[in-house]
Amino acid sequence: MPQKLDYLPETASQTAGPYVHIGLAPGAAGFDIYKQELGWDIAGPNAGGERIRVEGIVMDGMGSPIKDVMLEVWQANADGNYAHPEGGGDVEDGFRGWGRVITDFETGEWGFDTIKPGPCPGRNVGTQAPHLNLWIVARGINIGLNTRMYFEDESEANAKDPVLNLIEWERRRATLIAKKTVRDGKTVYRFDIKVQGEDETVFFDV
Amino acid sequence: MLKPGEFYQRDRELHPPALTRDYKTSVSRSPQYSLISLQNSVSEITGPTFGHNDIDPLDKDLIFNYAKPGESAIGERIILHGRVLDENARPIPNTLVEIWQANAGGRYRHKKDTYLAPIDPNFGGCGRTLTDENGYYYFRTVKPGAYPWRNWVNNWRPAHIHMSIFGTAFCQRLITQCYFEGDPLIPKCPIVNTIPDPDAIEQLVAKLDLNGTIPLDTIAYKFDIVLRGRRSTLFENRLEGN
Repeated sequence: MPQKLDYLPETASQTAGPYVHIGLAPGAAGFDIYKQELGWDIAGPNAGGERIRVEGIVMDGMGSPIKDVMLEVWQANADGNYAHPEGGGDVEDGFRGWGRVITDFETGEWGFDTIKPGPCPGRNVGTQAPHLNLWIVARGINIGLNTRMYFEDESEANAKDPVLNLIEWERRRATLIAKKTVRDGKTVYRFDIKVQGEDETVFFDV
Repeated sequence: MLKPGEFYQRDRELHPPALTRDYKTSVSRSPQYSLISLQNSVSEITGPTFGHNDIDPLDKDLIFNYAKPGESAIGERIILHGRVLDENARPIPNTLVEIWQANAGGRYRHKKDTYLAPIDPNFGGCGRTLTDENGYYYFRTVKPGAYPWRNWVNNWRPAHIHMSIFGTAFCQRLITQCYFEGDPLIPKCPIVNTIPDPDAIEQLVAKLDLNGTIPLDTIAYKFDIVLRGRRSTLFENRLEGN
């Protein structure tokens, strides 16, 4: 008998299509079915750290907003720990670190409230600057796009971040840095994602 | 203490590329630059966890989860079941599986769907469940109908159920579509044909499973899902820095 590797191939990806909201955010599709939709409360009431809002738009190659995007976020708490057995340490009760948002059907704007994450360990050496891991699916996107959002006011940490420094084209690193504003006393980070074209956002094969 | 290993590199030759011209929407929604490849850090090997308090047991029964009392959804009653495994063929327990679909006539309950086939008043079209300790999941639903879509003038999607799966790590996150054995629309669909590997397409086709049926009640289809596997930590471990 010939030797065999016997690995199973990963199931292939397919686009989430235009009606992703039915399954993953049915309220937005226009009907009420679940007692609890998942992904709206990312940090929970007990999380330490600075409360922030993150907002943006996802644009296609023509510069038009993509209005049927679903975006998921995965982040550490303010201590840099993920809510996972291998996440580095404890997180606050109720801190999930995961969120799911959809764009406004008319404007394409999305946004969520969370806390600013702390730095976490890099793979081999060093420390990763605070960042949000983002995953984007939509009609026309065959396999979910992974990217990261970093913070404009963490320039010192960003300069040492091992992932940002993997991007050979320094000019492209700027596409991953959210702009900070203050609105009604609350910190808001603006993060526009360009799927294609000029200033195309960096996407990762993770 | 052993430090966690990386997940296997995703085989991009079996997944659809971003740009697939026959699926027209992909043309303006596909990045032009190459993806930047990352070795896994703690940001990628961790992911959200869900528990039974997040969902309701009825969430997995689409025939009844939106039906009025005493009524049920119209259509071919099916059980969709299978296992969630990793590339090492190990089951992935307690992971969230979410599905959504059109009704038996190919109409979605979505304010943006204007197809003339009617809404079924007793069918919502979404469900979710957690895999058990063996990675096993099941749903009961109705078989969705084919429906037309504006790509070429006469494109029809094969019957399909959209599926979203988490695994244990954010880098395993996957959304895909489950098709049904024998559907003649499968080889004609530009979305199916975004996948370059014929075996990878075949893996998206649920098999009729007569052993899984409930006689005189509900027919069954079997659909196993494979998420990325993970290497053992032989010889190398520098994930947390040294």
